[in-house]
Order: sequence, then structure tokens, then C-alpha cells
Amino acid sequence: MSTSDTRPPALLGTSGLIFIAVLVAAAILVPVLNLLTAPGSALHVPTYVVSLLGKYLTYALLALSVDLIWGYVGILSLGHGAFFALGGYAMGMYLMRQIGTRGVYGDPILPDFMVFLNWKELPWFWYGFDMFPFAAVMVVLAPGILALVFGWFAFRSRVTGVYLSIITQAMTFALLLAFFRNDMGFGGNNGLTDFKDILGFNIQADGTRATLFALSALALALGYVLCRYLVRSHFGKVLIAIRDAETRVRFTGYRAENYKLVAFVVSAALAGIAGALYVPQVGIINPSEFSPANSIEIIVWVAVGGRGTLVGAALGAVLVNYAKTYFTSGFLAPYWLFMLGGLFVAVTLFLPKGIVGTFYEWRDRRKAATGEADEPVAEPRPAE
Amino acid sequence: MTSPARCRSLSCALLFAALALATLLCAGRASAQDISGALDQFTQGNYGATEAALGELAVSGSPAAAGIVQALADGKLVFSNALPRKVFIETDKGLLDPLTMQPVPDPGPVKPVRVNNRIRRAIEAASGTLSLTSPDAATRLSAAGAVLRTRDEAALPALEKALAKETDRHVKSAMTLARSAIVIGMDGVPPEERIKAIEVVGAEGNQDALAVLRGLPDNALPEVKEAAAKEIAGIQHSLAMWDVVQNVWYGLSLGSVLLLAAIGLAITFGVMGVINMAHGEMVMLGAYTTFVVQQAIRTYDPGLFDASLIIAIPLAFLFTGLIGVIIERTVIRFLYGRPLETLLATWGISLILQQAIRTIFGPTNREVGAPSWMSGSFDIGQLSITYGRLWIIIFAMLVFAALLAVLRLTRIGLEMRAVTQNRRMAASMGIRTNWVDAMTFGLGSGIAGMAGVALSQIDNVSPNLGQGYIIDSFLVVVFGGVGNLWGTLVGAMSLGVANKLLEPYAGAVLGKIALLVIIILFIQKRPRGLFALKGRSIEA
Amino acid sequence: MSDIETLAPETADAPAEGLGAAKTGLTEALLYLNGVTVTFDGFRALNELSFTVDPGEMRAIIGPNGAGKTTMMDVITGKTRPDKGDVYFNEGRTDLTKLDETEIVTLGIGRKFQKPTVFESHTVLDNLRLALKGQRAALANIFRKETAAERERIDEIFETIKLTEHRDRLGGNLSHGQKQWLEIGMLLAQDPKLLLVDEPVAGMTDAETAQTAELLREINANGHSVVVVEHDMTFVRDLGVRVLCLHEGSVLAEGTLDQVSANERVIEVYLGR
Repeated sequence: MSTSDTRPPALLGTSGLIFIAVLVAAAILVPVLNLLTAPGSALHVPTYVVSLLGKYLTYALLALSVDLIWGYVGILSLGHGAFFALGGYAMGMYLMRQIGTRGVYGDPILPDFMVFLNWKELPWFWYGFDMFPFAAVMVVLAPGILALVFGWFAFRSRVTGVYLSIITQAMTFALLLAFFRNDMGFGGNNGLTDFKDILGFNIQADGTRATLFALSALALALGYVLCRYLVRSHFGKVLIAIRDAETRVRFTGYRAENYKLVAFVVSAALAGIAGALYVPQVGIINPSEFSPANSIEIIVWVAVGGRGTLVGAALGAVLVNYAKTYFTSGFLAPYWLFMLGGLFVAVTLFLPKGIVGTFYEWRDRRKAATGEADEPVAEPRPAE
Repeated sequence: MTSPARCRSLSCALLFAALALATLLCAGRASAQDISGALDQFTQGNYGATEAALGELAVSGSPAAAGIVQALADGKLVFSNALPRKVFIETDKGLLDPLTMQPVPDPGPVKPVRVNNRIRRAIEAASGTLSLTSPDAATRLSAAGAVLRTRDEAALPALEKALAKETDRHVKSAMTLARSAIVIGMDGVPPEERIKAIEVVGAEGNQDALAVLRGLPDNALPEVKEAAAKEIAGIQHSLAMWDVVQNVWYGLSLGSVLLLAAIGLAITFGVMGVINMAHGEMVMLGAYTTFVVQQAIRTYDPGLFDASLIIAIPLAFLFTGLIGVIIERTVIRFLYGRPLETLLATWGISLILQQAIRTIFGPTNREVGAPSWMSGSFDIGQLSITYGRLWIIIFAMLVFAALLAVLRLTRIGLEMRAVTQNRRMAASMGIRTNWVDAMTFGLGSGIAGMAGVALSQIDNVSPNLGQGYIIDSFLVVVFGGVGNLWGTLVGAMSLGVANKLLEPYAGAVLGKIALLVIIILFIQKRPRGLFALKGRSIEA
Repeated sequence: MSDIETLAPETADAPAEGLGAAKTGLTEALLYLNGVTVTFDGFRALNELSFTVDPGEMRAIIGPNGAGKTTMMDVITGKTRPDKGDVYFNEGRTDLTKLDETEIVTLGIGRKFQKPTVFESHTVLDNLRLALKGQRAALANIFRKETAAERERIDEIFETIKLTEHRDRLGGNLSHGQKQWLEIGMLLAQDPKLLLVDEPVAGMTDAETAQTAELLREINANGHSVVVVEHDMTFVRDLGVRVLCLHEGSVLAEGTLDQVSANERVIEVYLGR
């Protein structure tokens, strides 16, 4: 295939188009099959399945955000769960404020856990979370600012590779410890839960669940388009160049740290949005979301699907989490950790490019065999 | 001032010790003549005679006296109705002669020596005096300590009498302190004497002394109060110093735990460049090895229990070392040069190992006992040093020294360093690099296993044991400077001490968070750690 | 690593950025090194090294391994800070010891590393696009569109480095020699005033070596100053330029290749008898 230097390259490849089509179809079909079919019918999708699928989609968005920095910039963040959790907490705080007098203690302002701790006033950082637009901004800002500050320090002083991975892990571990404290004002150990409604809609209602699912699908689709645009822009080419030869990039005149910082902040914001969509669908956010183990698990989703392919990351998240749901509920439950652990080992040893990456490689080799020129590896093509 | 009930229970407790000793001593030779007069008085059945007898016993110096006083306190001192009336001590095994503690032929009906409140006070005074004059220095020391805590004016005469006879330096100073404590709180003491007492107490410089000085009556003269205030300030200053010393000690103890956990990692990560996320699980396997060894000892030869840790150390080293070699041969060797992939694969291994242990031993904590030589403590000044902590510090240092020796002095150590520095050159000189890789990884894992033996003594032995150490261990190695064992030592100790010094101000959790943030910032400032290797090679 | 020590007394009141005109008049040279010393853990990689490169000049640097050739390039490009000594650019107007790598590149100093480093998962075309002189800011590059002028310039460079038919291949799939040329092409795309080229013909065939010499001469003829570090004497002779021989971190001999080759000390430590 001759690269079209005059024709602008298509934003979405074949795989991207299929991916978007599947998401749009799901965003329409799943709610329809949930709301408009009789509960007994063969086509009916029960509400719990809708929420479960919605949860997978938020995980897929989270995986996408990790793939943006790991797959394209080579930053292995072992603390991305922290950004997800921060977005989740921002949404959770909004949902807590919506409970109002319906809480156990019936306090119109203070959430139950604050009344329980004998707090008299709302802490300052809870102000504004009764307004949805404010909370929605914080969903992006809170993780974004953390990523900005953390990344600014880390990238400027050229902390790279394993060292960066270790300090991102330390970051999420520090946040885990902090959020466990009751004094922090985020519900301590129990986190935030017992939500009642969102934007006036009952959070348990089928309609709300279906809408949240559709919104998750939409967010994933938009997130994909954004990432895809970024990695194919001149900016994205610099990112890939940084991944492959950072020193060379500096000697070409680019400030690698700024590029990494922008990518890191965008990625953190996407993770925050994923967290915000996750919380109303699972009904709880607690400090365990900050645990380092959770963050590492995200990496295996991306690795299974194929790093540096975007579509693969989303696919990996859904596949691994489906497997987790399937295996942890049956008689195989005690063996799930064996499987997850084995998956980590097997993927790194036998499938380093992941499912989608391996597929691309196979396709490219077939193309090369039929006489066509090779092309960039990070060029997504059909998936699913 | 002090509640009589508490005072009694304290002196009773002390008396048991005295009693046991007295019993031993008087088994053969009884000094019957010394106290037989006093014993006769108990049979007269009136309180006055009983009180007089108690007084006589207290100063008699007879080894049997303590036992008799205790028996009276317990209502076990009886006398026969039949003439000549004699005193016995009633026990489960029948009546005993109070002097010899030997059974006696049945004397017929007996009745207890009666006791009222006046007698009870006399009993207390007598037992206090008795233990103050006990032949055993430790008993006298604890009796003096008891007086110091209760500050009972009634004990003063006995205390002064004991003080006059005391020869042991430690006991004497304890008694002087106790006497001064009483004098300070007593009414009608001349100011000079009170100030002198205050200075004696102040010189002691511990929490007890502080409490004594604070107990100064409000009606004391201004110069007395001033003297007390001066001593209090002095004590507080010295206590604050000891507090720092104590925290540094705790910090060194924590630091050696970190060192133990991190030192194996310093080999696998620092020397080989392999990120082993399953390192914590090697520690965990070492702890479970200890558990299994102790179970086996309990089953087959309980007498060996004190040696269980000594037996477990080499076994843990070999076992986890073997697991390490297996991991290296089956997984890690395919991933050299791909540190991030290694990180993921070893994380998977860590999940598998955790789940394997959970399946075999269950998810709950397993009990690992401490041998007798690990328990107990001793004091240096105001610093209490437990043997457990001390041994762990010593063990950490031994492991560190042994590792340095292996790397510096042995053939395999030389080969390890050669392979690290230039793999191809080492290979072309006939070094089996594959074998060296496996051995190096095995060594790092084996050391982690030995660390697990030590950590089983201070942490819960559960499948999650390793998880708690992995982040800290990595931070220690990175903080100290990768590839530098001394850096790991300094890193572990400074993190340990910093943690414990931060704790009093910030609390345990916030202190930990603060430390994580500090390390994150430090790594930004010096990405290569405290002792970075400088030069061209690191740029590659 | 102290920046202050590197200040010569007469430049002490120069602005902190080191962009002051302190050395103007002292030197007409494009690149000016004076008394540069670099120590690694007691080992003197550079020892009072001094030399100059004039505008439009091409200069070859030879010397045995460990003579300090790569360290010298590290100092010029800001990768290593000298312990002491002056490094000035642009007729003494710019103190390079005060700037970081990216600032130095922006000034117009391009570097080709000893080991060819191209962006392996980018096409040859994208490699050149990335190197092409132009916008370097992160946010602006998100929305950047390639202009016609940029496309023309890239086509020109392809002509110069003779890789036109390989433009859509991945950088990683090129042969060793092609990678070296691509890297020189990327340097050209940056359009620097000074090119630092570290061992460009190592591992090349004789034909490739001759072509590379031709390429460098062409680049020099177009007004770029070039400093080439090389062991290959045939290649250095092909270049036909002034030669500097380094030994133990300082200049051993300077002159034409014939003059340098005749130098007793050079023969002793480097060329052999």
C-alpha cells in the first residue's frame, strides 16, 4: 500500500469502524432488549446483565487510557487505578449529596458516614458536589491535576521505565492508605455507597441502568476516536518515537517530557471518566479501587488484547473481565487466581503482541507474501 | 493517696515470690528458736498478741516468716485447740509445720488465727518489710519498686530499716528513690529534707520519678515547688531524648526488616536487572517453611522447639532458592532485556504462589511460635530492648555480611559480577552464563526465604504476607541506588528510622504516606538513588 | 556538574541563560571549545580539550578508543556537563554549557549517534517528517497539518540520501547502511548549522563508504558545518578535510591527514608502525 502523502489518512481503519459499529449497535440494542421485551422472552436482557456489560465497557475505557500511554509512549503506569478511583470518587460524592434526607440519619447536608463520625460541618472539599456540572468537571480535573503534578515531576527529571512504574505504584499505594482513613472525609474503609438517584432518576431503575450502559458505550466510542486521532497526529508520531528512542527524540529537538505529560494527563482524564461511569453502575466506590493489585490487573487486560492497538485494549478488558465473572461464580472459583496468574505468564511468554497485535502481524505477513509493502505496526485493522 | 486494696494485691503478688524462695531455703535447716516466741503469740487468740507477733516476724529475718505472714493473710494460719497450742499452715495436703513446711501428725481440731482490719494493715506492713529484707536481691528490688509506686507512708519505717542494712547498689538506689518518693508526699517534712528527696527522685529521670514529682502536695513551700519544677523540666528533657533514642531503635529494627525483605531484591533487581514482583511471595514461602518446620517439631520432637528457627533458616533458603531457580529457568530467562514484561510475568507468578499457599494452608493466619530465646527484654537506661528485635537486627546484618562475602570472595560471586558487567565477554571466557543467571536468581530468592523465617516472628503468616513488603522493598532498593548493596543497607535503615521518627508526629498511616511522597519526590530528584553509579556505562 | 565553574572570568556577568555576547570578538569560530575537562569517578575522559570549528568547515576527528571522542560530542550536545572549560557556539555568542539537549538542537546542532538510531516503528517518510525543521511544541502538533513546502523539502532530502523508493518501509526494516543514511537525512531535515556525525561508515561496504563520503561532502558544500568522528582512514582521506587526532582527552595533533599521519606520537598511540 503506497502511503498517501497528499490524501489525508482516514481517521478510522477497518477495525476502528467495526469497533465503533459494534459499540453503537450495543448502545441501541441492549437497552431495547432490556426495556422493550418481556422478562420471560428469549430476547430479554436482564437488568443485571445490562449493568455488568456497562461495567465491562467502563473497564474497556480504562484499558484504552492505559494503552494510550503504555502502548504508544511506553509508560507502564502501575497506578492507573488511582485515576479511575478519583473519577469514581468525584461521581460518588455527587451521588452522596443527592441522597439528602433519605439517609439513615436523615441529615439534609451531611452524608451518613459524617453524621456517624460526629462531624458538624461539610468539609470544604465537598462543596459544590451537589451540582452535577461541578462534579462532572471534577471527574476530569481531579485525576487530570494529579497526573499533571505527578507527571510534571517525573518526566522532567526523566524517571523512566521500571522506576516510573514503581513510583506510580507507590503513588496509588499512598492514596490507598490515605482513603482508608476516616479523617480524610471520603467514608474511610466503607467508601461511598447507598446511592439513591442521579440527575433526579432512580439509580436502580431499569431505564437509568440502560441509559448508563448506552452512555458508557458512547464514552468508549468517543474515547477511542480521541485516542485514535491523537496517535495518528504528528503529536502521536512523536509519542511512538519516544517509546522507541527517547534520546533520539530529544536530539531531534522535541521536549519529550511535554509530550509525555500531555499524553499522561489525557490518559488520566479518560480513566477518571471511566471511573465516573463505573460508580453509578456498580453502586459503590471504596478505597480498594486504589489497591496496586487492581492497577496491575488493568495491564494484563491491555496485554491480552494487544498493547498499542487501542481496539485490542478494549477487547482485552472485556474478555478478561468476562472470564473473571464466569470463573469466579462457579465451582472453578478457587482456581481463578491460578488462571489470572497463568494468563500474565502466558501472555508475556507466548503472546507478547496480544490477540489483536498477533492478528495484525499475521495479516501483514500475508500481505507481504502477496507482494505488498509493509506498514506501521500501530495501524489498527479488524478486530472481534 | 493509694487504695489499700491495690496495695494489698501488689504486695501479695510479691509475697508469692518470696514464699517460694523461703520455702526452699527453710526446707532443711529451720531457725525455729528465732521465731517460736512469735508463733506462740498467734495461739493466744487476741488481736493485740497477733499484731505483736507480726511485728516480731517482720524483723526476725527468718526465712519462714514470709510464708507464715502470707498464710495469715490467706486465712490459712491455724492453731490447735489441744494443749500445748501449736500453729500450723493449712494446705491442700493437710497441715504443715510453719517452720519446716513438712506435714505433721494430725493434732486434732484446729481453728484459724482471726484477722480484722487492724491486723490486715499489720500484715501488709509486715509483708512489705519482709520482702524488703528478703535474702533475694530481685525480691528486694521489686519490693522497693512496689513501695515507690504506692508511696505508702506506713512502709517508711520498714524501708529505712532495710535501707540501713542494704548492700546491693541497685537495690539501695531503688530504696533511696522509694524513700524519697514517700518523703516528698509526706506531711511535716522539713523543706531541706524534702528538696533533697526531690533531687534524689529527679536524678532517676524516668516516668515514675515524673509521677512522684507531680504528686507534690499543693501546700508545699515555694522553694520546694521550684526545686520540683526544675527536676521535672530536667526529666522531661531527658525523657524526650530517650524517646528519640527509642524511636531510632524501633527505626533500626524496622530498617533491618526492610533490609531483610529488600536484600534479595537488591540481587535480582540490582544485580540482574530483573523485576521480580514475586519476591514478596518468596518471603512468604520462607515464613511458611518455618511454620512447617515447627509443625514437624511439635509432632516428632517438641524438645527441639527452641532450635526451630535455626533449622528453618537453611531449609527456607534451599526451598525458596529452588523455587527461584525454577522460575528463572521456566519464565524469566525468556524475558531478559524486557523488564516491563518480566514485571508482568512475575506478578502472575506471585498470584499463583499466593493461591497455591491459600489452597494448601488455608486463607487464615498460621501460628508460628517464638523460641524462648526470642522472647523477653532488657533495659538500657530508659530504653527497653526486646530480644526479638535484637535478634532480627543481628540476623539482618549477618545475612548482609554473608551476601557481601559471597559476592566478593567466592567463585560464583565473581562469575555473577562478571556476567552482570559483560555477558558476552563472560560467556566467551567459559562462564556458563545460563547457570550463573539461575544461581543468581536462586540466591536472591533464597535470601528472601531466609527473610521470611525472621518475618514469621513479627508478622502474620498468611498468604498475603509478601504483598505488604513488595512496594517497600522496591523503594528501598531504588532509594539506595540500584546495583549497590551498601546503598540498600543505608536505604533500608534510613527509611526505617525516618518512618519511626515521623510516626509520633503524623501517626502511623500519615507517616507512611508522607514517607512514600518523600521517596517519590526523592526519586524525581535523583532517579538513580542515593549511591548512583556515575559514568558512561549508565547512559547506555 | 556546577554551571558556575564553567564561566570564564570575563563572562561572569553574562545572563543566566548563557546567551550573552561574552565571547564575541574573541572568536570567529562557529564552535569553540577551550580547556574542557570531564571526569567520571576519577577517570579523565576529556583533559583540557581545546579546538574550534569555523563556519562552513568540515572537520574529521580521529583517535584511539577511549580518546574522548564520544564524550566530546556529549559535551557539545548538552548530554554531559563539563567539570570545567568553555563551550561556545555562534561566534562565541552562546554558552552551550548552560543549555539542555533540546535547546542546543534548536540552536542548530544536529547529532548522529555511533549506533544508528532511527525510529524503528515509523516509516522512513515519517522519520523524516518528525525530523523536519518546524513546530516542536506538543499541543500545537496535535492539530498540525503538513504543508506543501514541507512535502517538497522531504522529497529533496529523499533525493539527497537516495532512499526515495524506501519511503514507505519501516525504519526498523532498513539495512544498516540505509539506516545510517536515513539518520544523516534526518539531520539534514533538521537543517542544523553544525552536524556532529559519529562513526557514520562503521559496518558499511566500501561502496557504501564512498557514497557516504560523497553525501557528507555534498552536505558541507550546501553550507553546513560538519564534524565527523571516524576510524576508517580511507573514508577520512575521501573527505579530504582537516583532521584532529585526540588522545587521552586532549588534542594530540592537528592538520591535514598527511601531516597528522606523519606525526610520531600519532603513529605511536594510534596508527601503529
